[in-house]
Amino acid sequence: MAPAGSDPDATTAPPVPTVEPPIDPLVDLTAAPEGGAPLVPPEVLAQTLREYVHAQVLRVRGGESGVLPVLLGLVVIVVVFQAISPDHVFLSAGNIVNLFQQSAVFMVLAMAEIFALLLGDIDLSTGYVGAVGGVIAVQLVQPSTTNWPWWAAIIAALVVCGLIGALQGSLVTRLRLPSFIVTLAGLLIFNGVLLIVLAFGPFSGYPSLIGQSVNLRALHDLMWGHVSPVGGWIIMVVIVGLLGLNLYFRDSRRRRSGLVAPPVSLTFIKIVLMAAAGIAVVAVCNVNRAHIGTLEGVPFAIFVVLAVLGAWTLLLQRTRYGRYIYAMGGNAEAARRAGINVISVRTWAFVLCSMTAGIAGLLYASYLGGMSNNVNGGQLVLYAVAAAVIGGTSLFGGRGKMAHGVLGGLVIGAIYNGMYLLGLAVQWEYIVTGLVLIGAVTIDAVSRRSATSGGIAR
Amino acid sequence: MGEPLLRVEGIYKSFGAVQALADVNLDLPSGEVTAICGDNGAGKSVLIKCIAGIYEPDHGRMYWEGRPVRIRNARDASALGIETVYQDLALADNLDIVQNMFLGRERLRHRLLDEDDMERAAAETLASLRVTTVQSIRQPVGSLSGGQRQSVAVAKAVMWNSKLVIMDEPTAALGVTQTTMVLELVRRLRDHGLAVLVISHNLNDVFAVADRVAVLYLGRMVVQERTSTFDRQSVVEYMTTGGLGLAAAGPRSDGGAS
Repeated sequence: MAPAGSDPDATTAPPVPTVEPPIDPLVDLTAAPEGGAPLVPPEVLAQTLREYVHAQVLRVRGGESGVLPVLLGLVVIVVVFQAISPDHVFLSAGNIVNLFQQSAVFMVLAMAEIFALLLGDIDLSTGYVGAVGGVIAVQLVQPSTTNWPWWAAIIAALVVCGLIGALQGSLVTRLRLPSFIVTLAGLLIFNGVLLIVLAFGPFSGYPSLIGQSVNLRALHDLMWGHVSPVGGWIIMVVIVGLLGLNLYFRDSRRRRSGLVAPPVSLTFIKIVLMAAAGIAVVAVCNVNRAHIGTLEGVPFAIFVVLAVLGAWTLLLQRTRYGRYIYAMGGNAEAARRAGINVISVRTWAFVLCSMTAGIAGLLYASYLGGMSNNVNGGQLVLYAVAAAVIGGTSLFGGRGKMAHGVLGGLVIGAIYNGMYLLGLAVQWEYIVTGLVLIGAVTIDAVSRRSATSGGIAR
Repeated sequence: MGEPLLRVEGIYKSFGAVQALADVNLDLPSGEVTAICGDNGAGKSVLIKCIAGIYEPDHGRMYWEGRPVRIRNARDASALGIETVYQDLALADNLDIVQNMFLGRERLRHRLLDEDDMERAAAETLASLRVTTVQSIRQPVGSLSGGQRQSVAVAKAVMWNSKLVIMDEPTAALGVTQTTMVLELVRRLRDHGLAVLVISHNLNDVFAVADRVAVLYLGRMVVQERTSTFDRQSVVEYMTTGGLGLAAAGPRSDGGAS
């Protein structure tokens, strides 16, 4: 195969040496480029837990912090509000469940937004598009008019939202209009559409989910329904068990075949943390939180959030489509040259974004117990973007995970909830949320700058 | 020498009134590094883009392993086994080495990405090029140095049983040690029996790594010979005047070269 070359290695190095020790590593990728080491995910290089912790510390110092700041921020927020809320009610079981329910809308809307943010786009219309989805479902299940079954109403709402996303996405990709402008127009247009759909039927603009009809109750229960305490434990054990086993077997299989894998202890710590979080959530939700009678169990809203999180995490991390979204967010030209149909991937991202916003809209309608013209979709979308960025998703594309939306949504929800408990007027809620957002974007921008200027030798 | 891997015959390409390539011939034999030299605007980039399927030539023929072929787009090129490493490398900084090497050709298992399989294959390719130790293959490409990134781009190109690798200015952005590293990698590709086509402005690199040198001048192939038949001075003269001794054709002198 090799011609009579001058290189003496030519004869001794067949193309695929099986277990050739790196006698003469031509290019050693482990050799850290100047200052670039902190950017490497710790689990990639760490062989022991100690190395892992060390790498993680280096990484935070280098500005690539992952979810650490948001977790720390969450702890600070919780401690502060617990200390200053009247009667220290912030961490009461009733309020924590309430906080989960309030955050659920922000979480799902933030996950919707992450599809756009990963591509370096933004979708400003998600608040009202979601509200349109919500109002469509609410109107369709009204017993006095259409009286659709709840599942058909939900499907119809999500299909309409998906079509809206396809329309906006096509304008962005085919006509090459900036997504900021297209979705800004969408924000106005779908606010109008919301008002039109609200006016249908004999409800004077306030269709409600309160009533005895099964379909009304089903939508109402998206947020307010809950599983029995025992059911909560069973579901938790099943979810944590499956995820834990999957993680354990994947990591140990990779370790066995010599692929990159985290140390065993880290795998176990992850599983333990997951179980601890699951136990904590179920335990808190199973406390009787009613003043009179019983109200206990994990609310359905948590399962809706988990289902969206699970589905979209699978899509982003384990499928070709998800990989292409990240690739396009990192380097659109490289993705195009790799033969990826960038127009279709981007259009679908808008479809998924709007559809997920529709799920958030359903939760929102359920939370309100109906739909009204008071929905502030403009504010909702800003909270969603804020939640995604606070959680650790980059505004510049290519970096972010669905879990960031959930964590960021929890932060926004906690601020919202805590300020409300303190009886502070809404202006303070706006100001504090705004400041938190500025903080999060600053972390994003600074870490990015240190990554491109200081860290990487080009 | 038998049939070259790729023979380009009489290629013409014009953009409007500009004749970018005129009657260009080029042979690319397997197991040899061919360097294309030429001044700015000589048509180097157009030529490689015609071979890589980005442009379709106006006239001319190409023979792949002796068979006439038409390369109409990048897909045709990669189907034949032609891969191009562009100057900007086309890597996504946020993806890791494995993800970049398989970008657009991910392997699936049960409709999900088969990360284990891809990681193994990537590690194998990198090892055959002596580019890596396995444990770091999952780091994002953005954390690599310029030479390392170039190596990943090359590994990505040879991953697909490619037979001809085209490299556009592979060392332009690199420092001295990194350049040495990349040139060594080019030699290794040749030793694996691949045909390599390198565009370079840097004559040091050309003489260090090329087996054959082809010089373009104003869209014409003025010379194509083994590297040993040139010296630095003659290559420069071909590049700047399109021939040897032509500069001396006017005022009689020693040719300005000594």
